[in-house]
This record gives sequence, structure tokens and C-alpha cells, in this order.
Amino acid sequence: MARPMKIRARLVGDYTDIRVLMAHPMETGQRKVKGKVVPAHFIENVTVKVNGKTVIEAQTSQAVSRNPVFAFRAKGGAKGDKVEIGWVDNEGERNSLESAVD
Amino acid sequence: MFTIRGAAALGAAMLALSTATALAQSASQERKEIKKYQRMTAENSPVELWVLQGEDLWKQKRGPNHVSLERCDLGMGPGVTKGAYAHLPRYFKDTDRVQDLESRLVTCMTTLQGFTEKEATKRVFGNADKPSDMEYLAAYVASRSRGIRMQVSTKGPKEKASYELGRALFHYRAGSWDFSCASCHGTPGKRIRMQALPVLSSKAGARGTYTTWPGYRVSNSQLKTMQWRINDCFRQQRFPEPNYGSDATVALTMYMAVNANGAIYRGPGTKR
Repeated sequence: MARPMKIRARLVGDYTDIRVLMAHPMETGQRKVKGKVVPAHFIENVTVKVNGKTVIEAQTSQAVSRNPVFAFRAKGGAKGDKVEIGWVDNEGERNSLESAVD
Repeated sequence: MFTIRGAAALGAAMLALSTATALAQSASQERKEIKKYQRMTAENSPVELWVLQGEDLWKQKRGPNHVSLERCDLGMGPGVTKGAYAHLPRYFKDTDRVQDLESRLVTCMTTLQGFTEKEATKRVFGNADKPSDMEYLAAYVASRSRGIRMQVSTKGPKEKASYELGRALFHYRAGSWDFSCASCHGTPGKRIRMQALPVLSSKAGARGTYTTWPGYRVSNSQLKTMQWRINDCFRQQRFPEPNYGSDATVALTMYMAVNANGAIYRGPGTKR
């Protein structure tokens, strides 16, 4: 199984609470294992789309933890809206997942 | 320039203030803060990623026999995962012994998938870079008991014996430090660094702890199983390393699980 992701998008009053979990090693490039540097490997870009429209573009760095959890609040939204979240890392690896607001 | 100096001075003042506050803070407030931290880390914990991987692994055809674990009997009938963890450890007729989740999974890997026991237990404790299959599977199966009441039976003679053995082991003092499990987990108010140690011989302590294991450790990004927890407690007590899934480790699990009976299982949890 490729690096899994999990999205939970919920309508809370007048905003949508979007939470996403992604599995990623998020290597800083500073860590050494048996004297050898583990090459940097981290998510550089996270994109959140709601019904196909990009609402968040985020640049992330080595400062973000392993297996990160991100939470966003988007104004408005309705049940059934499609939320698509994708990431790209510095090695060009990518993954995305789609979920609906509930 | 002024603003930077001002900010630095304010920073120093705040540091002094926070030190004073920290000293004045009561233990109950400290516990409240730890609870708050635990609540924050429990929301959308990466434990979900282990559950997803575990489900995938459970359904994957593996081993020499090229079959999945979907026919594995965890005590609720072949392939039933729902609620299984809340009833484990329990006596299994086919192996004629009391087994916890992990030793039972080893049984399924050998009988169904055709692995040898050595292969199945070769790498049970993973690390942050590469978690073990057992950690994924344990997270998945345990997650299938969320919201279900702990109901571990001691009705069978072997189950009763396992519980009694677990209780005896819990209080058994040995090793170079003359330690027992009860040395740390037998009286309230003990802690290791910032970790308050639960009293596992009490109902409240066992309930709070047992129902949140296996657990994801935020500090080192790993999911830890109950077998690992007991194994590491043995190390901390300077005991010889126990065998994976041995009667001794299952008995200790049994002791804690029975003490936690009646509580709602809400794991896999998130730990420090």
C-alpha cells in the first residue's frame, strides 16, 4: 500500500472543518543513521481543492513532523461538497485523496 | 531597534513569570495540562494510518499458502474482527492455550498463511522508519473494538490460571533491582519523568490504560503494541527479555485486561 491518507471534512456551523492525515517520513536531511546522513525527503506542497477549485496552496518544509496532521477551516461549504487534498514531495512523489463534506 | 529590544525584554520577563508560575503550579493543574495535551494529540491521531495499513495487510494474500487473514479466528468465529479485541486474551481450543491478540495473529499466520513461527515472529517490533506487520495488524484489529465494552472471561480453567499467573507475576519481585511491576504500577502518585504511572492493579488504572493500548507514540512516531509494552517494562525492570507471545506476557495482559473489564475500549490511543 502506498503512503495512506485520511480526510475528514465536517460542516460546523458556518465553516467547514477539514482535517487531513498523511503518512510521510518527512526527513529533514539532518538525521544520521550509523554515521550516514539520511537524505532530505519531505512534503513541499499541499493543495486543498473544494469542488475542483483550489482554496489552499501550502508550502511545507522539514519543520513539519513525520506523519503530519493538517487542519483547515474554510468559510461556508455544504454537505456533499467534494474536498480533494494532494501533496507533492521534494522527490516528486505525490498522492491525493478525495472526500465529501459531512 | 527599539521594538526588538522591547520584545526581548518582554520575552525575558515572560520567561521569569512562567518559571514562577510553573513552580507555583499545583500538581492537579499539571495533570490538567497533560490531559489537554493528550486530548489535542488524540484528535486525528496518526494511529489512523496504522489502522488503514493494517486493514490492507489483513486482506492481502500472503505467505506460502497465498491466503489472507480474513479467515483468522480471533475467538468470535473465523474472520470476525468486530469486538474481538475487547474479548482477548481468551482460551483457544485449537492451540489449547490462552492467547492474546498478537500470539493469536502468529497462530493465524502459521496455520492459515503457512509461515513458520520463526518467520511470523522475526520482526514484531518495528521502528519509525519501518513499522512491523504486527503493529499494523494489531492497530487494525484493536480499532474494530472501538466503543465495545471490555469483557474478558476468566470462566475457563486455563483462563482463570492465566489470570492468577498474571497477578502473581505482577507482584513478583526479581532482577538486579528487586523490582516487580507493582513497584511502579502498584501505588498511586508514581511517575517516570513526566509520565504519571497508572496503578494497574486497580480498576480505574487498568481501565484508563488498557483501553487505550496499542498506542501511537507522538514523541517517536511509532505505534507500540501491548507485547512491546510488556517487553519494555521487563527491560526497565532489568528482567531477562521475555519471549514474544509467551504464557508469561499473555498472563500479564490477561491480568490487566480483566482488571479493565466493564470499560469501553477506545483505542488504539495516542501516547506522549
